[in-house]
Amino acid sequence: MIRVQQAAFDVGAEIAAFTQGTGRVGGVATFTGLVRDYLGETPEGAPPVRAMTLEHYPGMTERQLERIEAEAHRRWDLADVLVIHRYGRMAPGEPIVLVCTSSAHRAAALESCQFLIDWLKTKAPFWKREETPDGDHWVEARAADDAATARWERSAP
Amino acid sequence: MKVLYFAWLRDRVGTAEETIETPAEVATVADLMGWLAGRSDGHAKAFATPDQVRCAIDQAFAGPDASVSDAAEVAFFPPVTGG
Repeated sequence: MIRVQQAAFDVGAEIAAFTQGTGRVGGVATFTGLVRDYLGETPEGAPPVRAMTLEHYPGMTERQLERIEAEAHRRWDLADVLVIHRYGRMAPGEPIVLVCTSSAHRAAALESCQFLIDWLKTKAPFWKREETPDGDHWVEARAADDAATARWERSAP
Repeated sequence: MKVLYFAWLRDRVGTAEETIETPAEVATVADLMGWLAGRSDGHAKAFATPDQVRCAIDQAFAGPDASVSDAAEVAFFPPVTGG
């Protein structure tokens, strides 16, 4: 299931609901992405971030996330997938994204969870804008994110 | 066709959306970027670094050589930074 929403969500409640299973699921893997409170790669000496605004491309966002979800189901034998991604303004510490995967065995759940967040970062049309004391900055794409996606392209079964 | 701008491209162009009629010689995404760059100073700034601009045609990613002749909606935006 894909959910694109402005509202905050309760990570624990979402995972608990996702984990309510049939008994056929042997493992649930989750990734939660949070708003950091500093600009750049490392916290030492970095300007503080007061808030972040996520913009997206309504329509294309849902289409891309559904395609990514379908690709995860194609590659692994999964019982279920949940991706929640927020847009709008949020404060440091708030969750931005939650990825949950469930499977009979742990490897499929763990690998597909990492695949989903790696792919999402370079294929879903979201853009982050950070508010700092010096003004607002659009976050630049990271080469490491492209490399993380490329790794899964190479290992496509 | 409808043209959408996101993130800093929208900031530079000064609008999120516009409807345009392109001349026949605008065949590809690259052609369209060059043509749009001539519309205003803001457009010129938005398309000044074409390697930093990504495109979607009818909500699917499209490269610079993709045809825009049948496109209803073309979007321009920076490399994505979600997750």
